Amino acid sequence: MADRWLQILLSIIHSRNFYGSFRYSAFVTYLCDRLKNHPSPDSRMTVRLKIKALTTIVLAWVVTAHVCASTDDPAAIPQESAATEISDSSHAAAAESANEEGGFNAGEMIMEHIMDSHEWHFFTLTRKDGTEWHASICLPVIIYTPGVGLNVFSFHKLHHPQVYKGFALDEENHIVRTDGKTFYDFSITKNVMQLFIAFTLMLILFISVARNYSKYGVKAPKGIQSAIEVIVLFVRDEIAKPMLGEHYKKYLPYLLTLFFFIWINNVMGLIPGSANVTGNIAVTMTLAVLTFILMMFSSRKSYWLHMVSPPGVPLGVKFILVPIEFISNLIVKPFALMIRLFANMLAGHLLVLSFIALIFIFAALSVLAGIGASIFSVAFATFIYLLELLVTALQAYIFTVLSALFIGETLAVGSDHGSEHH
Amino acid sequence: MTHLMDILLLAADGTAKMGAGIGAGLAAIGAGIGVGLIGGNALQSIARQPEAMNDIRTNMFITAALVEGVALFGIVVCVLVLFL
Amino acid sequence: MQLLTPGLGLIFWNTLIFLVVLILLRKYAWKPILKALDDREKTIDDSLKTAERTKEEMNALKSEHEEMLQQAKQERMAIIGEANRIKEQIITEAKEKAGAEAAKITEDARREIENRKMEAIVDVKNQIGAMVVEMSEKVLRKQLENKTEQEEYIRRLADDITRNN
Repeated sequence: MADRWLQILLSIIHSRNFYGSFRYSAFVTYLCDRLKNHPSPDSRMTVRLKIKALTTIVLAWVVTAHVCASTDDPAAIPQESAATEISDSSHAAAAESANEEGGFNAGEMIMEHIMDSHEWHFFTLTRKDGTEWHASICLPVIIYTPGVGLNVFSFHKLHHPQVYKGFALDEENHIVRTDGKTFYDFSITKNVMQLFIAFTLMLILFISVARNYSKYGVKAPKGIQSAIEVIVLFVRDEIAKPMLGEHYKKYLPYLLTLFFFIWINNVMGLIPGSANVTGNIAVTMTLAVLTFILMMFSSRKSYWLHMVSPPGVPLGVKFILVPIEFISNLIVKPFALMIRLFANMLAGHLLVLSFIALIFIFAALSVLAGIGASIFSVAFATFIYLLELLVTALQAYIFTVLSALFIGETLAVGSDHGSEHH
Repeated sequence: MTHLMDILLLAADGTAKMGAGIGAGLAAIGAGIGVGLIGGNALQSIARQPEAMNDIRTNMFITAALVEGVALFGIVVCVLVLFL
Repeated sequence: MQLLTPGLGLIFWNTLIFLVVLILLRKYAWKPILKALDDREKTIDDSLKTAERTKEEMNALKSEHEEMLQQAKQERMAIIGEANRIKEQIITEAKEKAGAEAAKITEDARREIENRKMEAIVDVKNQIGAMVVEMSEKVLRKQLENKTEQEEYIRRLADDITRNN
């Protein structure tokens, strides 16, 4: 049923030459040919097809979003150009500051890349008359104002200096209420959108792998299953078992989900044009808090006793040690967990972006310097990028290992050499 | 008078940024020394006992992560100084 | 500064997504995957154990087999030895029997010969007796006629006797 639907979808895409000169059409032709030649494709083929069709849908969505953006803009241009003189706060200010510094503001560019935003911005074209065309997807804004209720609208409504339902943009592109009331912003921002994509990806990936298991039973793994299995076994045997002892079965689903969630989001964050999800402190804070909650729920009496009165310590020292233990266990550990992932992912993005920004900074000085800098910058950025690929896995591993370790401590696993070192 | 105030404020801002930069640098030095020691000693112990490599590596990562965490605290404080 | 202030919306959505992912994957992914892995490990473990046991059994069978072979060999040797012994025995017995038979036949023959001889002797004695009687009769008759003739006659008779015998 689903396969038939996919076939129809693919044939539609193919027949209307959906992507024009885009190389993807060759790929789709290939897929259609394979479908025709194999009336009953085997299961692996269909899984692959589903994944490919999903990417097609995502791509199609992106393309249509582009089209929407471009059709929206011409109507907006006169308005924008008319408004620049009066009160085009953000864009005019940005343009002004950019003009002062020679056409390129590195800090602003970097911040725009690593920060969350209400629109998914890809690139900006400047027309000859000085107006700009933004290739971006405007995401839904969901705001709850106590006493007023829920407001849901597209960010596009706020894009140009205008007030919509009592909301407007301030100088830094933040949403504010014109009447100054407090409100809570639950918008589907760029990061949330990417979280949804990661969510879908994870569900498809792992549930299809799980289905493979129920299909092949105890036989050797096949395809993506073997890649996932290695990591699952690694998490089970190298992280959960040594850190949690005999309690590992209870916490294994959490640790596995944590590992893959962080890793997939880390890797997706490296894709150019994507959002920097794990380099956002809200995300890492949520994960750290979840680990902290698990720590508290799994904690045994001995853990607290050990903290309140460390054995074998003279009374005088206890007065100093006990607060330190409390702070270290209850505040520093989750806090360090949060900061580590956040700062590592942020630092990676910052480095790559800084190297790329160098090209434009030098190019603003002279074209030759720009060319020279680009060679150097691209080489270094590539190196950092590859290093980041390693760091994505490493940080996911470290976050998971430390979570398991902290939970294991509260369970008093290996308590003979537990918290004395801290 | 206002000019003087502006210059002073600018100078203060610059000093704060410089302080943040120096602080971040110091944090990086500390983390570098710490992680370097951990890595070096881990390599030595692996060379001495190759059969205990997995254990040593796991502990190396954990310790390095803890050291790095301290350095990252420093850097976060520096970022706070820079932006506040 | 916005860098270090977590946004409420993102926290909300992230918590929601993470928890939903956790619950869904826990039920639909990790449970079957971990179960399958456990099952597989158990299967491999069992298979290894079975293989080990089979190997042991095989070894046991092999040694048993060898033992049986050895036993059969020994038995064969014993049987052959027995057969040899019996053969020897039969041969010696036969030899003895044959010897005894031969001795008996010889004895019989000798006895027969003896008997015949005795018979002959008796016969000869009888005949000699008769002849002697006859000769004596003739001699006695001739004595009356001539002495020389008598003597010649006796000689002739004696010659006859020797010739007849």
